[in-house]
Amino acid sequence: MPQDVFVVAYDGTDQHAVDFAVERAIRENAQLVIVHILEWSPYTFLTTEELAERHKARQQELARAEEAVMKPVLERVRRAGATADGELRYGSAVDILCSIAKEKGAAMIIVGRSSSLSTRVFGSVASGVAQCATVPTVIVP
Amino acid sequence: MSFDRKTQPIPLVALLLFFTSTTSAVAKSIDETINEAVASVTTPFVSFIFSPLPGTDFPWIVLWLIVAATIFTIYFGFIQVRAFMHSIELVKGDYSRPEDAGEVSHFQALATALSGTVGLGNIAGVAVAVSIGGPGATFWMILAGLTGMASKFTECTLGVKYRNEYPDGSVSGGPMYYLSKGLAEKGFGLPGQVLATVFAVFCVMGAIGGGNMFQANQVHAQVVNVTGGSDSWLDGRGWITGLIMAGFVFLVIVGGIRSIARFTEKAVPFMAVLYVGAAIVILIIYADKIPWALGQIITGAFTGLGIAGGVVGGLIQGFRRAAFSNEAGVGSASIAHSAVRTKEPITEGFVSLLEPFIDTVVICTMTALVIVITGVLRIDPQTGLYVWDAGAGRIATEGDLSGIDLTSAAFGKAISWFPYVLVVAAVTFAFSTMISWSYYGMKAWTYLFGEGRRSELAFNSMFCVFVVIGAAMNLGAVIDFADAAIFAMALVNITGLYVLMPVVKQEMNSYLDRLKRGEIRKTKG
Repeated sequence: MPQDVFVVAYDGTDQHAVDFAVERAIRENAQLVIVHILEWSPYTFLTTEELAERHKARQQELARAEEAVMKPVLERVRRAGATADGELRYGSAVDILCSIAKEKGAAMIIVGRSSSLSTRVFGSVASGVAQCATVPTVIVP
Repeated sequence: MSFDRKTQPIPLVALLLFFTSTTSAVAKSIDETINEAVASVTTPFVSFIFSPLPGTDFPWIVLWLIVAATIFTIYFGFIQVRAFMHSIELVKGDYSRPEDAGEVSHFQALATALSGTVGLGNIAGVAVAVSIGGPGATFWMILAGLTGMASKFTECTLGVKYRNEYPDGSVSGGPMYYLSKGLAEKGFGLPGQVLATVFAVFCVMGAIGGGNMFQANQVHAQVVNVTGGSDSWLDGRGWITGLIMAGFVFLVIVGGIRSIARFTEKAVPFMAVLYVGAAIVILIIYADKIPWALGQIITGAFTGLGIAGGVVGGLIQGFRRAAFSNEAGVGSASIAHSAVRTKEPITEGFVSLLEPFIDTVVICTMTALVIVITGVLRIDPQTGLYVWDAGAGRIATEGDLSGIDLTSAAFGKAISWFPYVLVVAAVTFAFSTMISWSYYGMKAWTYLFGEGRRSELAFNSMFCVFVVIGAAMNLGAVIDFADAAIFAMALVNITGLYVLMPVVKQEMNSYLDRLKRGEIRKTKG
């Protein structure tokens, strides 16, 4: 029987969600896909200078995210005994989490919960994913 | 060329500050002195660029622009019509590949290029065209905008195709690169190098003239206008407004305070919408006069309506102001467009052809309609023809206004408080145009003199000094130099475009074939 895949949203801080995912993955012998999203809209405004340097800046941002976010979390997860892959993507967090879950045929999405005034007003990634996900979604406090 | 950044600009600032405390009469003479000194240097260049065709009054450079836009339109089979909808789909991101997320999108390249183009040319330039050339100039301006879409398409495709990509991932593109690399491919290595160098020289001048002095000049005119007109303390003290603006420009381009640039450039689309919105409101208020105004524009275009320059005068003004406003054929926009991430350079060409449409066919036309419809141009009640003010060389206007002041008066007639909004819009447009052009000018400058802190500082400091000079000079002298510099760029750029247009055609045909066969598909929607 093929392994189940759990998609885990990781913004660099929500350790609770990762810990929960690791525990479940070990118990159910599932594979984790840890997703870190660099928020990006193709409709934001850039100055002429930023245009010329965008490709360079993107490469630097990806390298930094890989080094500072993805590598440490993957190490931690693997040390804990789970199998995991990482995905770094640009775009809107909610859309990308839902589309990766589809791409990978995931059985579950696990996402942390943040609480601040702005998320209460504009909605959080967790509430967005809950709206668009086509698979069961666990929101970890 | 060496330039000591610590010492050089300070004596100039000190000198100007010294004059701040002097009397009004002396202060007035500072503006006049600057005007005379600069005009004496620029006049021969201006006269050459605008010299008439033998035996006529028709400037050869205007014919050059008309011929180029017409040739590109026909050569690419009216691509501006055929690809219009596809261009909009590209901007919407319908064809963007998900793996390119995080790179410069078509929308971003277009928005940035537009914030450099939508400037005082749309507000002040149009007023100049209509007051000198009559309402008929509007017709020619729209025609120039529509045909200019093909010129823009050509140059922006080439900008992406022949850009330089450096190992660190940054890019440099624009006419300097396609003229040198593209022409070398065609076996014209040396002429290509020469054209690229000459273009770079004119681009530096264009950045200073059109991208800087004209903008500063018209901002000052607006500031004087809302602070009391000829009674304003600032009247005749353009150099003071200039110094303040130069200070801000300096903070951005030398001090590297990008937040100011980001703020103003982001405000441009908002201001443009506000401006067009106000124009639409005015058109609704004067709805009953719209057929009359359209009649004036069409009749004016073919009869002249008693304007001294007649039909030809309107045509010249229409094409001059359109080219100045949308920069089609000038080559500047291809510098901004060349940064987009795409495997198909032609897609950026498609996107860029929307630029003259938005800039000229939409925004400039709105300005022209408001000026005509609100009746700020004087009409002789007996003959029904416009009253010609021979002394000023234009149609007599209410309050004897010209340039941006005329636009302001026209908007103010319908919406009394709009002139204040217009000042904010003018400052925003002018500032973002200055920042964009400082970048274009800098790219040309470093192409000529090499990159490096000293070289960049030399250009940036010079750029700031010209903000002051532009604000102090008379509109007539500034606009002539600004036009001459921008058109000189078009002279060189278009020469190269003629040689390279088969390259664009090949790319275009291959792309359109694949699109038709379904090999290029939408990624969403």
